[in-house]
Amino acid sequence: MAEKLTLAEKLWRDHLVVKGEDGAPDLIYIDLHLIHEVTSPQAFDGLRLAGRDIRRKDLTIATEDHNTPTKDIHLPIAEPTSAKQVQALRENTEEYGVRIHSLGDKNQGIVHVVGPQLGLTMPGITVVCGDSHTSTHGAFGALAMGIGTSEVEHVLATQTLPLKPFKTMAINVEGSLRPGVSAKDIILAIIAKIGTGGGQGYVLEYRGSAIRELSMEGRMTICNMSIEAGARAGMVAPDETTFEYLKGRPHAPEGKDWDEAMEYWKTLKTDEGAEFDAEVFINADELDPFVTWGTNPGQGVSLLGEVPDPESFEDPSDRESAKQALKYMDLQPGTKMKDISVDTVFLGSCTNSRIEDLRAAAKLIKGKKLAEGLTMMVVPGSQKVRIEAELEGLDKIFKDFGAEWRFAGCSACLGMNPDQVGEFKRAASTSNRNFVGRQGKNARTHLVSPVVAAATAIRGTLSAPSDLED
Amino acid sequence: MEKISNFTGVGVPFRYSNVDTDQIIPAIYLKRITKTGYEDGLFSTLRQDPDFVLNQEPYKNPSVLVAGSDFGTGSSREHAVWALRDFGFKAVFSPKFADIFRSNCGKQGLVAGVISNSDTTKLWEAMEAQPGVELEVDLPSQTIRLGELEINFEIDEYTKWRLSEGLDDIGITLQNEDKIAEFESRRASWRPKTLPVKGD
Ligand code: SF4
Repeated sequence: MAEKLTLAEKLWRDHLVVKGEDGAPDLIYIDLHLIHEVTSPQAFDGLRLAGRDIRRKDLTIATEDHNTPTKDIHLPIAEPTSAKQVQALRENTEEYGVRIHSLGDKNQGIVHVVGPQLGLTMPGITVVCGDSHTSTHGAFGALAMGIGTSEVEHVLATQTLPLKPFKTMAINVEGSLRPGVSAKDIILAIIAKIGTGGGQGYVLEYRGSAIRELSMEGRMTICNMSIEAGARAGMVAPDETTFEYLKGRPHAPEGKDWDEAMEYWKTLKTDEGAEFDAEVFINADELDPFVTWGTNPGQGVSLLGEVPDPESFEDPSDRESAKQALKYMDLQPGTKMKDISVDTVFLGSCTNSRIEDLRAAAKLIKGKKLAEGLTMMVVPGSQKVRIEAELEGLDKIFKDFGAEWRFAGCSACLGMNPDQVGEFKRAASTSNRNFVGRQGKNARTHLVSPVVAAATAIRGTLSAPSDLED
Repeated sequence: MEKISNFTGVGVPFRYSNVDTDQIIPAIYLKRITKTGYEDGLFSTLRQDPDFVLNQEPYKNPSVLVAGSDFGTGSSREHAVWALRDFGFKAVFSPKFADIFRSNCGKQGLVAGVISNSDTTKLWEAMEAQPGVELEVDLPSQTIRLGELEINFEIDEYTKWRLSEGLDDIGITLQNEDKIAEFESRRASWRPKTLPVKGD
């Protein structure tokens, strides 16, 4: 009988070019390489220095996202260094003949939104990008991971990566989510449970009935934050939901190719009886909306809970980081999470900026008004999402509510472009990192789901959708 | 890349754990397009504090950083490694590194060695007793020496080999060019291609 393998092991096997010997890593083939302006200039520089060309331009695609402004995009990029990075990407892709989707293009947007939207991200492939949230693409049953700039250069030159095999971890999420609880809450709960280093060295496979019930957008939200649990990759076995999402997209296989692919894709699941190196169990029935109180994504609690007392942590380093986090966040232990008022709400980022995320938030705020004194920014993940949302009239709902409706990009997810939270301001943000200074100098971030963001925007304090009912 | 075997340099007792790459170098420095010159961004927020260890006279020209657990977590930015390297660091030790950070170190000729929690504390105490003292890092024997103190560090064999040979990754891979080409000839036609451009 054939060896029983997990999904991740099957993908590894099917991309193995050279098996590493004597401690050398395996050489793994890369099916799709996504590029953006921040982590690529030095890689192109390296190629140029060594006089190397790109091996497979036809497996490479670039877009602009981290630095790009989300308003007045017809004007030149104001910030000189941002402009320089974007310019460098344009020149490099031109020089080397790489496909690029620039500001203003329909397929411009956050690299992790663009790949799936074009149908380039598909089951059974390997995907890399010089960005740690590349794990997002694992939602399709792909092996997808973030790489550093030297590795970007390596993939450009060789279309392969030397990698050490990972361990595998099953994250079993059984049960059904209650209303108002979503994919974001699942992943925040997972990270709070296993910690920001808990997934280190592992590929996570999200399994169980609650995962099967999720849309592709929800699965992407979960896989996106695998890196916040320390794992370089996270994945979900492909199923009907995956195939349906993919079919008909511009680069999805067609005709005979589709049939052949389907035959293979249907084998892409962990074999019955295959063993994981570690397993985690989460009960979806019991999950509440989740929100972070600290400065790493593992510092989260139920929205019904309160800010923890640092003294309640057993581990001295956890205690210390909780203390520092509360100081930065300006929070007192014992404060009810729902009593925390925010200054601004950010709906966007590669975690939650897809059409379904926007729809979910729009549904809640429709006909309501943004709480007094708050600001809110809605930033679609790609130009295409923006156009789609406008066709559905979502832009109007957001604007009537009092939110700003922006063009696509990473925006306030990181303090790299004009969109920042502001010093000592508090944000409810659908992004993935609440690190110190991440959303701008001294900005305080609470990570939330799109519906919690919406409810919070209405009430002005961290709120669950169910709080809107009374 | 330079071959590394054995070197001595000022050690820094870096009593911080959970140092993510945003703290090592904030996003604002990521906008540059060069591969060197990142020393000004290293720990730039922490360095605003005059009491911060790297602002102390004895640590002005450091080359070995001894940090707490979970060093280099978060974003995959390789700039974190460049900043350390450009500042003059040749080695970083910690009880635990984030994966991507650690692999980025190996590619840039920075030794990232794992030492135990208790050895970390021992080194901190010894360095604090004589601020600015030099440590000897011996890659072949995976040892850090400071006076009587002799501490073993872990580094995987392959990275160690590359560091000591000063080998470039791409060069190593291209020795297998024929195998890559052979693999490509078997690649199924349904697998994605970005060119020609499809859709709108
Ligand atoms: S949205 Fe945020 S996390 Fe995602 S790629 Fe952009 S900066 Fe990175």
